[in-house]
Amino acid sequence: MVTYIIRRLIAAILMLLIVSMVTFAIFFLVPRLAGATPEGMASRYVGRTANAETAKLAAERLGFNDPVVVQYGNYIKGIVFGAEYDYGPGVEKCPAPCLGYSFITRQPVLNDLIDRFPVTLSLAVGAAVIWVLAGVSIGVLSALRRGSLFDRAAMTVALAGVSLPIFFTGLISLVVLSYGNPFSIFAQGGHYTPITENPIEWAYNLILPWITLAFLFAAGYARLTRAGMLDTMNEDYIRTARAKGLPERTVVAKHGLRGALTPIVTIFGLDFGLLIGGAVLTESTYSLQGLGKYAVDAITNNDLPKVMGVTLLTAVFVIAANLIVDLLYAVVDPRVRLS
Amino acid sequence: MSRADNSADASPAPPSYLELRDLRIHFPTDDGLVKSVDGLSFRLDRGKTLGIVGESGSGKSVTSLGILGLHNRRNARVSGEIWLDGEELVTAPPDAVRALRGKKMAMIFQDPLSAMHPYYTVGNQIIEAYRIHNKVTKAVARKHAVDMLGRVGIPQPDRRVDDYPHEFSGGMRQRAMIAMALSCDPELLIADEPTTALDVTVQAQILDLMRDLQREFDSALIIITHDLGVVAELSDDILVMYGGACIEYGSTDDIFYRPEHPYTWGLLSSMPRLDREPTERLLPIKGTPPSLINVPPGCVFSPRCPYADRTGDRAATEVPELLETRAGHGGHGGHGGHMVRCHMPPAERRSLWENDVKPMLETT
Repeated sequence: MVTYIIRRLIAAILMLLIVSMVTFAIFFLVPRLAGATPEGMASRYVGRTANAETAKLAAERLGFNDPVVVQYGNYIKGIVFGAEYDYGPGVEKCPAPCLGYSFITRQPVLNDLIDRFPVTLSLAVGAAVIWVLAGVSIGVLSALRRGSLFDRAAMTVALAGVSLPIFFTGLISLVVLSYGNPFSIFAQGGHYTPITENPIEWAYNLILPWITLAFLFAAGYARLTRAGMLDTMNEDYIRTARAKGLPERTVVAKHGLRGALTPIVTIFGLDFGLLIGGAVLTESTYSLQGLGKYAVDAITNNDLPKVMGVTLLTAVFVIAANLIVDLLYAVVDPRVRLS
Repeated sequence: MSRADNSADASPAPPSYLELRDLRIHFPTDDGLVKSVDGLSFRLDRGKTLGIVGESGSGKSVTSLGILGLHNRRNARVSGEIWLDGEELVTAPPDAVRALRGKKMAMIFQDPLSAMHPYYTVGNQIIEAYRIHNKVTKAVARKHAVDMLGRVGIPQPDRRVDDYPHEFSGGMRQRAMIAMALSCDPELLIADEPTTALDVTVQAQILDLMRDLQREFDSALIIITHDLGVVAELSDDILVMYGGACIEYGSTDDIFYRPEHPYTWGLLSSMPRLDREPTERLLPIKGTPPSLINVPPGCVFSPRCPYADRTGDRAATEVPELLETRAGHGGHGGHGGHMVRCHMPPAERRSLWENDVKPMLETT
């Protein structure tokens, strides 16, 4: 088990290196291949530069004249040991792990990410609680009353849920429930209060984004749970559980749902891992300053260090989620033996 | 024993521990009404064993599930009476039947790998079965589970109790399944094809175990199987089912040495036996079991019966009644003696058996 985890951790680090290489190549190698000069790159990097002289100096000092491989090496070195950027008038320090430094905001990217992360995490955790509870219970009820009116209604809504994009459901929810109309019971977008300051306000401000995001996911989970329950409730071990004289409630929850749980746990791990790397659409729709909004803004502003940083962080989350899901598999299904 | 005699509404509780009276379990489907069990009656006392034999689809498993109330309640139509220890189960509320399930009546299923939950340890599954009906602490129930595993012959039960079903061998799993079924000392035990999924060597062990445990618990035992060898070992009485109904009922000796129904003859001749001259091939029953939706008119077995033409039109028009052919022998189960559902007169059947069928079985 321990060797398995170590092996998986090494694989995870290799995976991260590959992700970083690909990302770095996209943002630093491809423009060069497309004909961008080191000066041009540097000017994008540091923002508007007045004249060619300054741009040339910046390119020199920030290492854009080096081969791309060396630049990549420096980037990785920065993550491990920290980096210093000499941009002319002074030196900006970026301590390890340095995910790059934005000269547009004059901030190490990591500090931004640390600032933004609680917003995205709050959004993801709240939405996850809602969608797992709602999705799984609707799925179970649908499976138990297969073909009933409830089942058909729930599955129709679920189909809408997986099909409708966030920027549609999100905007509808904002128009109907916010923005100063008679039903404006929820906060408008753009407000975020840290949970440590005021938990009630924190939740109040996040309810609409939670519901919007949860609607999308709950729909998929309801369908997944329903399919799984239809399978397991026909298993022989369910008949055995009934033959023991267990109440139907126990049969469904302890035996049926337990058997259907494996795919749900798997999908949940992957969904959640991806989501805490930034819920781009939800955060943009509700103007929440989370990692997803951060990524969008960085791309809009062509702020390459930020894009690199947020991409790497998302990759870390996804890879970690994969690893955790694989480890959980052995806990959820005792037939899976890790060796 | 015609059906009309049994359909009285307020029948008094019977003296037998278990009695089925004209049990019918029908399932309406899109294709028509499936008559899985169609007018089945039998009696069984504690300490006795009844073997129910029949091909796949003859209704034997549905019968057992019906007794436990495990048939699909949403689409089954059940009529008739099931009396268990003075209680009628068909009209009893589902919760009352549930309370009896696992405690007073328990079931051993065919394939112990799929019949046990893969995600819970064997011990936990036995503990669960015990604790529903006995208000005891987990520790007490666990000790009981270890005891039960030991009693069904699982070595090192205190260690194996924490294993998962997939860590057991097939025979061990069936033993664990039996331990689970017996955990609340049920008075009625139904074993549905208990040895079908097992190796032949293990089959004998499991049958021995079931016989010993039945004596120990003094329970009524129903063994459902398509394997005549299994019921020969264990049963006092044998009920042969065909097309959802009983076509022959008698003591084990009746069925093996004096069978009177052509279908039973067919079952006996299609059974491989070591004490018989090896023939080139077994003698299968021609044709396939009847569809339970479009049951053949008249005698259900007539389309496959080699002697159907001996009774003329009656085979295809008139449903034969289950009639006593010889009074009970007093020994064994002794309920209702030997009964056969066939149009042929008893003398003709006996002569056919003695002169045509039996010699084929013995020599060929």
